[in-house]
This record gives sequence, C-alpha cells and structure tokens, in this order.
Amino acid sequence: MSLAELICPAGTPAALRTAVDAGADAVYCGFQDATNARNFPGLNFTPEELAEAVAYAHAKGAKVLLALNTYPPAGKVDLWRQAADTGARLGVDAFIVADMGVADYIARTHPGIRLHLSVQAAASSPEAIRYYCENFGVKRVVLPRILTIPEIRQIRKEIPCEIETFIFGNHGLMVEGRCSLTNYLTGQSTNMDGVCSPASDVEYARHADGSMSSQLAGFTIDCFGAEEKAGYPTICKGRYTAPHRPKGYYAFEEPISLNLSQLLPELIDAGVHAFKIEGRQRSKSYVRGVVTAFRKAVDDIRAGRPANMADLVALTEGQKQTQGAFETKKWR
Amino acid sequence: MSSTVDTNPRNRTIGGAVVSRLACAAVQPILSRVVRRVAARHPSLFARLGPHQSTDFLIDPIELPFALHLRPDPKALVFRAVPRDAAPKAGAVIRGRFLLLLELMDSEEDGDAAFFSRDLEVAGDTEAVVRLRNALDDVDGSIAEEAAAMFGPPGKAILARLRRAYSET
Ligand code: SF4
Repeated sequence: MSLAELICPAGTPAALRTAVDAGADAVYCGFQDATNARNFPGLNFTPEELAEAVAYAHAKGAKVLLALNTYPPAGKVDLWRQAADTGARLGVDAFIVADMGVADYIARTHPGIRLHLSVQAAASSPEAIRYYCENFGVKRVVLPRILTIPEIRQIRKEIPCEIETFIFGNHGLMVEGRCSLTNYLTGQSTNMDGVCSPASDVEYARHADGSMSSQLAGFTIDCFGAEEKAGYPTICKGRYTAPHRPKGYYAFEEPISLNLSQLLPELIDAGVHAFKIEGRQRSKSYVRGVVTAFRKAVDDIRAGRPANMADLVALTEGQKQTQGAFETKKWR
Repeated sequence: MSSTVDTNPRNRTIGGAVVSRLACAAVQPILSRVVRRVAARHPSLFARLGPHQSTDFLIDPIELPFALHLRPDPKALVFRAVPRDAAPKAGAVIRGRFLLLLELMDSEEDGDAAFFSRDLEVAGDTEAVVRLRNALDDVDGSIAEEAAAMFGPPGKAILARLRRAYSET
C-alpha cells in the first residue's frame, strides 16, 4: 500500500500549526510574493515566520513543502532563486515547482532537497512526467485534475516518481491555472503574479431584490439570486449571458468543489502516494475541519476499517461537490 | 457604495434611533478597552493589514441596534459603536449575524463558507476585507474569550450566555 500522505494547506503560521495539530503529514505554504500561486493580500509567510513554522512542524514529525509554483517572467528569475535559497536555508523538506528554469536552478544549487512538480506544470502524460524526473530529479508529480483513476493507475506504472492528487477543495482547472482570461481582465497573471481574481479588482453589490452581483475589474461575472449559494469571483466560474442563453449560464465551470473522500480507497489502491487538500486562502476553521476529517479517513483505510467521512459540503464552493474527472470523463 | 444603508427597520423609527444611541453609549467604553487590549496582545495583526490599517471598516451585526466602526490604525485605533443612520462612509462593509461575525473573528467559522452560503455579505474594498480576515485568522486562540476574560467571571458568563442563546435560535 502507498504511504497515503496527507498534504495540507496553510496561508498563515496559525493555519500551519492548526494543520500539523490536526494530523497533516506535510503542510505546503508560500512566501508573501509572486513566487507562489496564492499571492493574496495579507496571506503567506515572511522568512522569519517560515523558520518558526519549519521548527514547529519538524518537532511534531510533519514536513514543510515550499510552493514556488509560479513562472518567472523572462529574465526576472532572481525573486524565485532567492526564495529557493531562503527556503533551503530554513530547512524546508521539498520545493513545489512548475517552471523548468526554477527546477533546474534548485536541482543544481540545492540537490539535497526534494523537488515536487506542481499541478501548474500540467504534466499529465508519462512522457511529460518522465522528462521532469530525468532532467531535474523530480521525486513527485502533482497530477492535473483531468485524469480518471484507471488513467492514474496506468501512469503510475510508467513513471519513476511518486504521485500526488488533489482530494478536496477548489476546482478551477482551465488547464490548471493557466487561464489567461483573468490576465486579460485584470492585467495580472495567475502564472506569473500568483493571483487569479485579485481582491483589489473584485467588487460585490447587493441589489434591492436581495440578489448579489460579483464584478471583476468592472465586468459583472455573476449575479446570485437572493436564495442562491455563491461561489468565488473567478472568471472560470462566471455565469454569462449569450444571445442563445439569455438567462445566463456557466460557460466554463460551475462553482463547485472537488471532494474525493469516497474514492480514497481506490486512489490508494491505484498507487497514489499523497493526497492534497486545496485551500491556502481558507481559514484555520476550514483547515481544522478538512484535515481532521481526512486524517481519520486515511487512518481508517490504512487500518482496514471502512472510512466514515464527516460531511464537508458546508465548506465547499457553492455548497456543491463533485468527483470531477476522477470518476468519469463525462464531467466537463 | 452601500456602506451606510440602514438595514434594520427598527432604527428607522424615532424610538429606534434613541435606543440605538443609548446602546452605543453603553457599549463604547467596553469596545475601547477591548480593542486596545487586542492590539497590544497581537501586534502582528497590523503587518498583515498592510495599507488597510487606515481603512474604515463598517462591521454590521444585522440584529443589533448599532453597527461597529473599525479603523485598525495602530497609531490611532478606532473601534466604536455607531447608529446605522449616522455611520461614517466606510471603505469596506462586513455584514452578518452577530454570532457569525464573532465566530469569524475567532476562526471558528470559515469566512469563504459563510460567503458561499450568503450568511456573510461584504461590500466595498474586497482587498481590505481579505486582509482583515487573514490578519485575524493568524491570531491563535479566541479574541472573544480574551475580551470576555477582561471583565472577569461576569464577562465570561455573558459570552457563554450569548453563545447559548444563539445556538438555541
Ligand atoms: S479563472 Fe479559474 S482557471 Fe483561470 S486562473 Fe482563475 S481559478 Fe484558474
């Protein structure tokens, strides 16, 4: 059986301690800059905070993975290199990278530290994954959320590294963060600036009938009826009108969260080494609830007991959940 | 921006306005003490607020007879109760049930989940709200408990009773 490590998110030092205390095997986090894909206001770690976080996690037997999972704009690699050097100095256990230049720098400069390939790299074929393993010594790939379990099982047989898959959280996968629509509207790039739908460009307005519209950079991207559940103000989850759809429809994806709790045994059996919970932008309350539930489920499965998952639907976007492509390719 | 919209019909009567002003006067000394204490104990809060230390937040517990005006400037902290019809023009507004706001402050509830369920409403500068949320989320322990403890056993008893009353509704 695989290790079935639980990889948990932390946007603040307090969230990291919460995740470790709730049973995370590893916690992933980032610095307060464009080197990671959750470069949100007021979120993330200073180097001093990361040093304390690493000490806290290691004292309790948990690992810290540093997300350096954005792409440096051409010729501007210093920020990423400095972040890698700082992370190495502070003793992080692995770097999560997407860019080949960043991977190459770390492989040469800090060869003793593990490299994990971020979902942002969108490596979904054995050939692509092997390329990263052979050239940069990648030890683990985080698979894009577009594969079925039989496909994952097959890939596992053909690659020399560990597999990590998402099991819970935000489901925004228009080629895994390579969306250029948000860049078009806001001038900021998910890939290079680390931020999709920057909060400074988001505005909500409540209307007299109780409905609420969300706007991104002045464009209305959804309007929720008085009784309707809401979602994140991201372009991919927007509801748009078109001449043939005058009432508005989700052109790309619905506001919905991934929840693979029911598929955990199959994923473990398929050879998945680690399970990732999305949500560095979420609160300690979310981290506590989701990590506790999945810790118990993984432990139950390892011990041969049926896993009894807590109901996590209240924490899902739009209060709806899906098994996405993991269950069937019919999911769009 | 809809920051000063009076959402509570009770406040729109003359009697409502009087009650609101009396309530503000009654809670003001408590609020001042609480905010000074929280700021002194959790100075790291301010770094996460960044440029929004000088933003005026209107925190609007929908069922209370007043709203709260917060300006988290460490050099000139403002936290005061204001009648809704006299609330200042705020940069950001956070609106919801009182206990929900209390639980969000203590990270007992998840802000995104409360937003998805529409129990929490935000308006104005979304970045300011996100920064305040992240700053509060990095505080270990319960700010509500700390504040209640400042007033000894009566403070703790009031908080416990408040929580009970809400959990029964
Ligand atoms: S709009 Fe959606 S797919 Fe595009 S970057 Fe944002 S979350 Fe990702």
